[in-house]
Amino acid sequence: MVEQGKILINEHVGKDIWRMELKAPWIAQKARPGQFVNVRLTEHTDPLLRRPISLHGIDADNGIICFLYLVVGKGTKIMSELENGDSLDLLGPLGNGFSTAFQGKRAVLIGGGIGSAPLYPLMEMLKAQKKSVTLIYGAKDQDSIVCLDLYKENQAEVIITTEDGSAGEKGFVTAPFEALLRNESVNYVYACGPSAMLRAVEELTLKYGVDGEISTEANMGCGLGVCLSCSTPGRDGKNRKVCTDGPVFKMGELAYE
Amino acid sequence: MSKVKTAVKIGTLTVKNPVTTASGTFGSGLEMREYVDLRKLGAITVKGTTLKSRAGNPLPRCTETPSGTLNSIGLENPGVDVFVADILPQVAAYETPIIVNIAGSEIPEYGRLAEILENEDAVSALEANVSCPNVKSGGMALGTDPDLVYQVTKLVKENTSKPVIVKLSPNVTDIVSIAKAAEEGGADGLNLINSVLGLAIDIEHKRPALGNIVGGLSGPAIKPIALRMVYQTAQAVTIPIIGLGGIVSWQDAIEFLMAGATAVGIGTGNFLDPATTMKVVDGIEKYLEDHGFSDIHEIIGIAWKGQNAGKEGCHVCSE
Repeated sequence: MVEQGKILINEHVGKDIWRMELKAPWIAQKARPGQFVNVRLTEHTDPLLRRPISLHGIDADNGIICFLYLVVGKGTKIMSELENGDSLDLLGPLGNGFSTAFQGKRAVLIGGGIGSAPLYPLMEMLKAQKKSVTLIYGAKDQDSIVCLDLYKENQAEVIITTEDGSAGEKGFVTAPFEALLRNESVNYVYACGPSAMLRAVEELTLKYGVDGEISTEANMGCGLGVCLSCSTPGRDGKNRKVCTDGPVFKMGELAYE
Repeated sequence: MSKVKTAVKIGTLTVKNPVTTASGTFGSGLEMREYVDLRKLGAITVKGTTLKSRAGNPLPRCTETPSGTLNSIGLENPGVDVFVADILPQVAAYETPIIVNIAGSEIPEYGRLAEILENEDAVSALEANVSCPNVKSGGMALGTDPDLVYQVTKLVKENTSKPVIVKLSPNVTDIVSIAKAAEEGGADGLNLINSVLGLAIDIEHKRPALGNIVGGLSGPAIKPIALRMVYQTAQAVTIPIIGLGGIVSWQDAIEFLMAGATAVGIGTGNFLDPATTMKVVDGIEKYLEDHGFSDIHEIIGIAWKGQNAGKEGCHVCSE
């Protein structure tokens, strides 16, 4: 479905990180945590392709969706310059989304940098199902950590790591994650972030025998499963389309190169 | 129902309007059902099919360039047997003609593919892909040599009774000589153009942006190249041309028809707006009505035939 979303808020919230709220009732009604929206940034042809942006907020009751996005190139720069009241051409919701039907109560959510974005609606859904949630949030530095209050308001336990030690533990998400796996009962793990992080998290879950899901990304052409630009090999030798088979995959499903 | 006649013929295949899809940008059509009324398309041109399944090229396979995208998918597909058994019957349910794009890594494979698909009533026409820039053997290596294009075309024709379209590469010095070779080989139509060979470099990683190094450029960036090739070729051959390359609007499509294309294909335009094909179908019809034309053939090639030439009928499909 293509929906013209109306921008309600577009604010700078951290280093190169922006947060946008849009009125988009149809998508807000249909979307599930882990899905994404393919955003067209101009009616002209440059930039040509839509930009896949994960859903950071899904408010079906009020018909509002939220993006948390990192300004990395031409497309996201244009996005950051849009103003309240502007409309944005949205194609979605796309992709499969997270599943929350796991056995047990305790979920660990791991976000690396802007990869934390889709974890927030997931946490809300898990909390609504009375699960207990721990978020391990890794970033380069303190300025790159955003929207923490949202998690704390929902009484999620939050563990911060930064590469430079300017906030939380110095280092990567893997150290506190392995400590949790070793010392506590963890029923299910969700992770989203850079591929090196996903790979390390996945190795740990396989080592400790815990199931979970990762949300991944790839350069996309269409977002609809037709162009095969994002086709990624699985461990079974078959390709997966990140856009329609994913972006969420089971731990151990994808083959890392 | 409009009074304007928009039906065109490619060989023995009549399509109700001149709009089809570019192979590899529309899947089998089934993926696009939410956005497109498949019954409203002139024809569906499905993703390239090979004898055996292909995994495609390493990632990244796609990068954006100004008004274009550079891709190196590498003909990922499940192979012709899976296509025929699992996909074709579902697409056939929409009763829109299906054009199957076939690609071989050696010339005999084109004949074998034609032979396999000959048994499938749901297949309306074959499109021999001698122009894929992203495979190491076959593909573009065939499409840049007139003798090989002739051989492939002739072989496919010998193995099928269905109309045969040959999809040509723009990565040649003289498109007309290649087009004539396909016509001499017995082609019922031509599809031009495939993507233009290009390169992008990722300056942060200091290496080519695509895993395959080079890729095919598509999108509005290549439209003038495609139009020029259609314009030249249409004047040199008597078989119909499906024109494509950067069509994102009905206005673009009208340009291709005026350059001499009998039909048009939408490729990258599907990614910008999944309903592009529908808008092009409606837009062509409205343009014809608004400008007092009663039949689409009146504007085919009008840019070189002149204003009155179309009224006397179309030499291409004798309508």
